[in-house]
Amino acid sequence: MRREERLPMLMLLPAAAFFAAFFILPMGRLFAIGGAGSTGWRAYAAIATDARYLRALLATLGVATATTVATLIVSGVCGVFLQRQRFPGRAALVAMLTLPLAFPGVVVGFMVIMLAGRQGLIGRITEALTGDRMVFAYSLAGLFMGYVYFSIPRTILTIMAAAEKLDPRLEEAARSLGASAWQVVRDVILPGLRPAFISAGAICFATAVGAFGTAFTLAARIEVLPMVIYTEFTLSANIAMAAALSFVLGAVTWLVLALARSAAGSTVAAAG
Amino acid sequence: MPRNTLLFRLQLAFTVAVCAFLVAPVVLSMLAGVTVNYFDGINSGLTLRWIIEVWSGYRDTLFLSIGIALACVGLCLLLGVPAAYALARGRSRWTRLVEELLVMPVAVPGLATALGLITTYGALGDFRTSWTFILVGHVLFTLPFMVRSVAAVLAAIDLKTLEEGAASLGAGFVRRFFDIVLPNCRSGILAGALMVVTLSMGEFNMTWLLHTPFTKTLPVGLADAYASLRLEIGSAYTLIFFAVIVPLLLAMQALARPRKSRLAIDLNRPATDSP
Repeated sequence: MRREERLPMLMLLPAAAFFAAFFILPMGRLFAIGGAGSTGWRAYAAIATDARYLRALLATLGVATATTVATLIVSGVCGVFLQRQRFPGRAALVAMLTLPLAFPGVVVGFMVIMLAGRQGLIGRITEALTGDRMVFAYSLAGLFMGYVYFSIPRTILTIMAAAEKLDPRLEEAARSLGASAWQVVRDVILPGLRPAFISAGAICFATAVGAFGTAFTLAARIEVLPMVIYTEFTLSANIAMAAALSFVLGAVTWLVLALARSAAGSTVAAAG
Repeated sequence: MPRNTLLFRLQLAFTVAVCAFLVAPVVLSMLAGVTVNYFDGINSGLTLRWIIEVWSGYRDTLFLSIGIALACVGLCLLLGVPAAYALARGRSRWTRLVEELLVMPVAVPGLATALGLITTYGALGDFRTSWTFILVGHVLFTLPFMVRSVAAVLAAIDLKTLEEGAASLGAGFVRRFFDIVLPNCRSGILAGALMVVTLSMGEFNMTWLLHTPFTKTLPVGLADAYASLRLEIGSAYTLIFFAVIVPLLLAMQALARPRKSRLAIDLNRPATDSP
């Protein structure tokens, strides 16, 4: 029986070998290179001491926080609504809301340009209304819009799945005890959806922190951390700094996801 | 909640507005791809000129992306299905650690993974300039989705009893793997494969750093077109991308529908894929 137990473990070997060679080893090397530049291991502190990197870090965290809050509110309202109500056209709405699920960040960036770019829809509408063309695609506001666009479909699906599992009897009980609609939302629905909100929110946040494609499409001038890493690597050829910054960036996103998983319990693993 | 209340109407209006936000740019960009001059609007006439221009200049990127996506599925099957089986069979501290580690390339930004690969293997013969360099990155990123998809299916059946039954009838390990394990995880393999193809076709964060002028994938070509060509060409190119990716998405949704409660969970898996 010993051998019988060991054989399945051997099946892990191919994946583990591939992973060790192409992820563990490169990440270890990245960490070493980050400390081998002109400033040595202090490169890892530069994210907090160098004004430009610190500004980029704060901008990144700011956009990520705003994205997470906006996405959770929008998806929370739409997700619970679509899960609770049955009406003609509901399936079409769900299909449309999940359509952008497979769009990569570059394409999402282009969608933002179609909406808020120089020839965009918002510009045309505002010009017709006020005479002033509103263009904000190529800034942090455009980036925020892109990340929300990217995150809504995923988050709605998570919320809908969680709302499906809520026990409607709890709400009925609350209502029969005289709770108002708002009290039901605050005291029954939101606590029930808490794990889904935590896991989906963490994913929104990590996505917005580490994303590169959308910013790349919108403008090189947007100083968020991934763009700074990219310019350090390509334009300045400052490989040590790029390595140190991306290692820190990777650690931040991984940490956010790990914290969310422990905060929301096992449900996060199931939901994402 | 009755349908005619104010609250219902407000929520419906809000949901429709969110839909418009998501769908309007898709429709606009599809239109722009077949419009003579987008700035003058649809009145300037419809044309296939931009699509033909993209096709003649950039079709290689489409073929390379399809090739990489298929190779990626192949490798993910070879590495991922045995791994999923091992994870479903043994529930020890070690398997949990491996599971946790395997998901890391999804949590860590593609930019960091790509830099690691370049600094470690960038000088290794022709590897850097070959399409297999991109393939390695894509496999790292998509493998967890295949493993989870298959492991979820295997976790739902009583694998141990099935295997013990077969073993008591004299089936060896290899026989059991091919005759019992593989047929049972067919649906997981299919769902995982679709997910892997979709993610690989759209991967940009890593690929932008891993690619060379000779190995441009579809999203790399898209980024090029967005940055340097006119809006109509970028739109026509996006239209071609939609034509490839939307059927994949529909297939994934159709596949997930019978197991309704799982739909959200499965489709939500690429959640940490960064824009």
